[in-house]
Amino acid sequence: MAVDAIEVVKPGLATTVQDLGRPGFYHLGIPLSGAMDQFALAAANMLVGNEPGAAGLEAVFMGPELLFRADATVAVCGAELPPKVDGAPMETWTSFAVKAGQVLSFDYLKAGARGYIAVSGGIDVPVVLGSRSTYPLGGLGGFEGRALAAGDKLSTGVGAAARAGRKLPAELWRGPGAAPVELRMLPGLYWHRVTEASGARFLSDTWKVAPEADRIGYRFRGGSPLEYVPREQPFGAGSDPSNIVDACYPYGSIQVPGGTEPIVLHRDAVSGGGYMMVGTVISADMDLIGQLQPHMPVKFVEVDMAGALAARKARADMLGRVAAHLA
Amino acid sequence: MRYSFGGDEHIFVEVDESMSLEAFFKALFITNAVRDRAIDGVTEICPANASFQIKFDPDRISPDDMLAELKKLEAAAESSAPVIETRIIEMPVLYNDPWTHETLMRFRDRHQDPKATDLEYAARVNGKESVEAFIEAHSGAPWFVSMVGFVAGLPFLYQMVDRPRQLEVPKYLRPRTDTPKLTVGYGGCFTAVYSVRGAGGYQMFGITPMPIYDPKSEHAYISDDTMCLFRPGDIVKFRRIGREAYDAAVADVEAGRFTPKIAPVTFSLDDFNADIDGYNRKLEGALNGR
Repeated sequence: MAVDAIEVVKPGLATTVQDLGRPGFYHLGIPLSGAMDQFALAAANMLVGNEPGAAGLEAVFMGPELLFRADATVAVCGAELPPKVDGAPMETWTSFAVKAGQVLSFDYLKAGARGYIAVSGGIDVPVVLGSRSTYPLGGLGGFEGRALAAGDKLSTGVGAAARAGRKLPAELWRGPGAAPVELRMLPGLYWHRVTEASGARFLSDTWKVAPEADRIGYRFRGGSPLEYVPREQPFGAGSDPSNIVDACYPYGSIQVPGGTEPIVLHRDAVSGGGYMMVGTVISADMDLIGQLQPHMPVKFVEVDMAGALAARKARADMLGRVAAHLA
Repeated sequence: MRYSFGGDEHIFVEVDESMSLEAFFKALFITNAVRDRAIDGVTEICPANASFQIKFDPDRISPDDMLAELKKLEAAAESSAPVIETRIIEMPVLYNDPWTHETLMRFRDRHQDPKATDLEYAARVNGKESVEAFIEAHSGAPWFVSMVGFVAGLPFLYQMVDRPRQLEVPKYLRPRTDTPKLTVGYGGCFTAVYSVRGAGGYQMFGITPMPIYDPKSEHAYISDDTMCLFRPGDIVKFRRIGREAYDAAVADVEAGRFTPKIAPVTFSLDDFNADIDGYNRKLEGALNGR
């Protein structure tokens, strides 16, 4: 273990410590948290010789500047957020060495939204409710329950560092692909409350990522407002046709408050509320949402359960190929 | 009951479109049964007001098998007596406090009735002759924690009275950007206690000195295993307090001496329905060692 191995010189925009998340507390309103792009975090960890679920840093839109006080192997996966060591450019999806006294910084974001920085040994913050992930809304986990700030000192865990220069070929990089990005979804939940014509428009419209897009959820705009099958609002539901008696929200569920702008809930989801949901983005495509930039065009594409499970398997197989490549 | 898959990792079950104690109780009963069965692959068990949700790992249990398990438990729930072991918790509340008052005055432009306070509005739309009478009704009968969520540790509470006596108040026209921590709020037919400061659309009635979410493990009465005081199925009795008692309680909390009144109780839905007021008095008696 290396105490205070990393000093935060500049924190970036909202850089947080994340691992694969904190299951088991959603019934108390404590969401999973963890990396929004789980594939990228796992790949970065494997590149530096960590377990796939070790804690790393999630940097959104802008990288931090980090002064290393101990030697480490580092890898950056996910967004095309080019790393530099003492100003010398390094490659993403590749392990590289950072020596004690050197500074890791980043060039401007070229593609994607979130870069995952894995450090050999993993970021060692206290395990809270089974995870090192940060849940800023609840001030829980991570580094003091918040995003990093200048002057913070991070410790790293024990672990044999993998050598520098390990590289994943581009066919093992995973990202959202060309626009419009297709997010596969399983219609359901309160889909029956929407008229058939309105549901068809929802799926054929092109939506754009709104600026209000964060770890809680991604908002979209630009498509047609929903039309509802008429009903008398049930007791306790509220007066707007988009209201329901407050219920749980699945991760990836698509709610449409007021029928106008869909929100897909993500890893820091509010666990429930009073807005009807029209369906759920499948588990395989949740990583991709974490890499969407504002204004990016998106389409929701209907799949059935068999399609969702096949996509889930394809993602797991790809992560398996990453592990095999690095074995 | 209506079952729907929420993607490949969730099953969402709407027990009823409308809120009722019966619907909540059924959701709680089935989710308790899911927990007791310890089904491999289940990762989250979330009861809600009139619905519930199970998250599962489809690599360990197929969605169809998960659905079949739940339907079996529904059948079992139909045939057993609706009884749960739970606890009653007393929550002191300073109604009409200066902090929520200051906040609600800042957001009058988002309210249905900008000339009245939230309590005055709530009293009027519920046909109460005064704010006093409304507070009396709110702090009179106890409440079920029918859901915990939205944010960490926030309880939704549904009052244990028959439908004609249910208080109903619309949410703000547009949500506020601020709500004081530990505000006792109201929206639709639910009380909510804001566990953290933040945005909110519920009407604001008062504030409690009693922390309910403890991310830094500062309060002995909140378990380090969950960091949240409430769990679905808890029963809550609001006790109206004045400013002096509020300040004393805050001082106790800060000194680490505050201990809420909590007592174990058995709740039977059938006995409750047979004599609502008598049953509630009996439950409250447990708080005073009776």
